[in-house]
Amino acid sequence: MDKDAALRELSDHVSANLPNVVVDAQLAFGQLTLSCAATDVVRLLKFLRDDKAADFQTLIDMAAVDWPARPQRFDVVYNLLSLTKNWRIRVKTMTDEATPVPSVTDVYRAAGWYEREAWDLYGVLFSGHPDLRRILTDYGFEGHPMRKDFPLTGYVEVRYDAEQKRVVYEPVSLTQEFRTFEFMSPWEGAQYILPGDEKAPHVDLPKPRNQAPKAN
Amino acid sequence: MGEVQIANYTINFGPQHPAAHGVLRLVMELDGEIVERADPHIGLLHRGTEKLIEHKTYTQAIPYFDRLDYVSMMCQEHAFVLAAEKLLGLQVPLRGQYIRVLFSEITRILNHLLNVTTQAMDVGAITPALWGFEEREKLMEFYERVSGARMHANYFRIGGVHQDMPDGLAEDIGKFIDAFPKVIDEIEGLLTENRIFKQRNVDIGIINAKDALDWGFTGVMIRGSGVAWDLRKSQPYEVYDRMDFDIPIGKHGDCYDRYVCRIEEMRQSVRIIRQCLHEMPAGPVIADDNKVVPPKRGEMKATMESLIHHFKLFTEGHRVPAGEVYTAVEAPKGEFGVYLVSEGENKPYRCKIRAPGFPHLQALEFMSKGHMLADAVAIIGTLDIVFGEIDR
Repeated sequence: MDKDAALRELSDHVSANLPNVVVDAQLAFGQLTLSCAATDVVRLLKFLRDDKAADFQTLIDMAAVDWPARPQRFDVVYNLLSLTKNWRIRVKTMTDEATPVPSVTDVYRAAGWYEREAWDLYGVLFSGHPDLRRILTDYGFEGHPMRKDFPLTGYVEVRYDAEQKRVVYEPVSLTQEFRTFEFMSPWEGAQYILPGDEKAPHVDLPKPRNQAPKAN
Repeated sequence: MGEVQIANYTINFGPQHPAAHGVLRLVMELDGEIVERADPHIGLLHRGTEKLIEHKTYTQAIPYFDRLDYVSMMCQEHAFVLAAEKLLGLQVPLRGQYIRVLFSEITRILNHLLNVTTQAMDVGAITPALWGFEEREKLMEFYERVSGARMHANYFRIGGVHQDMPDGLAEDIGKFIDAFPKVIDEIEGLLTENRIFKQRNVDIGIINAKDALDWGFTGVMIRGSGVAWDLRKSQPYEVYDRMDFDIPIGKHGDCYDRYVCRIEEMRQSVRIIRQCLHEMPAGPVIADDNKVVPPKRGEMKATMESLIHHFKLFTEGHRVPAGEVYTAVEAPKGEFGVYLVSEGENKPYRCKIRAPGFPHLQALEFMSKGHMLADAVAIIGTLDIVFGEIDR
């Protein structure tokens, strides 16, 4: 396809101009994804913005993705759009809970709130961000709710206490047990012990996917 | 002590304020009546939509999209189903595509009517809101006839739309769009040349094209600044490439230009709806793929295979091949995008929702700095923010 060829050319152009920055380039579903190290994000985005052949004027979106099984558990994904060239690109980088990603607020001002959101919901740190506060969660909220190891129900719930005349926080109590359905059939590698199997001397269960390694 | 020191003071705008268009808490620092700093505190309507979607099957995720921006419901369903269809490689039948475009444009009118008239209300005109809401009611009746719900339609499905339009609906939509341009004229008669309305909007909240791009603006917010950019034209999806319509752009990038753009977009939507009604072919409205699309009720009662499919699709849902895509539609407020990561399971692994209002509101401080407090209200109105989508 014509558009794919143009994107492939763009990918080569970026790799040629920034050697050793682009670690990986993938073209899938007609969309180009470039991966780079977290330290190179600012350089790469600045190049994509300023280079006339790339010309990405605007940062459309930024997303974090949690992969708890990986040592570098977070993907940070930047979605750029060029109005003049009419194409999009994704820039992807990886980080863990402690290593900050350089903030791109100097490159695209739109990144300010997106980075705050990624910090709030995932706990991804950004260095050099002018105002890295929480944004979507409650005042005084603890934890990062979009992480895969954060339960869907959360830990606390609020209600208005008529006696104390204020809103109080309490641990979540569910009137009905939280139900999660596992639709994996037992023949496709179920990750739970089938009734009766616990009597067997030794069951070698496969490690559950997407689950965080137990913290010590 | 000869001089009197006048300190700036901080006011709390909202979270419950009729001009805040929802639950916006704005901490403002004022020097007299001049806005020095405006810090929006958002998240008061945060419901964890993205987290919930990660725990639901693809079909169960669609209703959440209605509840994001609750005045442009179907456009958001559209972005999500497009993302899933892209991963699945599913082709939507032509009639389904026409119905989607038709209802996307009805949604656009719904949204613009609300925004134009409530913004007018913020700057002092009550009547347009009353007239506009009457028309909105008619449009929501079309929603109801096609989906059963006035607002939260849950009508788009992966592979098409849920049901074909009922008999007579196309004719009634046709009657509506014949009469509607006159209503726009009437609303314009109240506002466009109105002295007070112009005093409150002309040269207020100016943003030039370069800043608008830097702040991630899309939709009317960028077209008002003179950038001819509309995903329906530049990256057409469904049958938009067959439609004949124009993209209005502004010159000055102020609140008034954005108002004029929205009015003109409604007229263009009427054009698109008319073309859809004329050109819409007969045929199926949803793809013929038993592994994704549930069988019709009659079939389900009659054949064993359909019963099994029905059971599997409504308990387990369908799998979506692994991969990641970003798809965007031109929602009435701007680019509404979905970044979908699938692991090949029956639930999305990650579904990032790109709400157009989020970057718009971010730039509120930039746009309102140095303006009067009352102008900040006009700017909030023109940003077209709805907290369902910003807070998610």
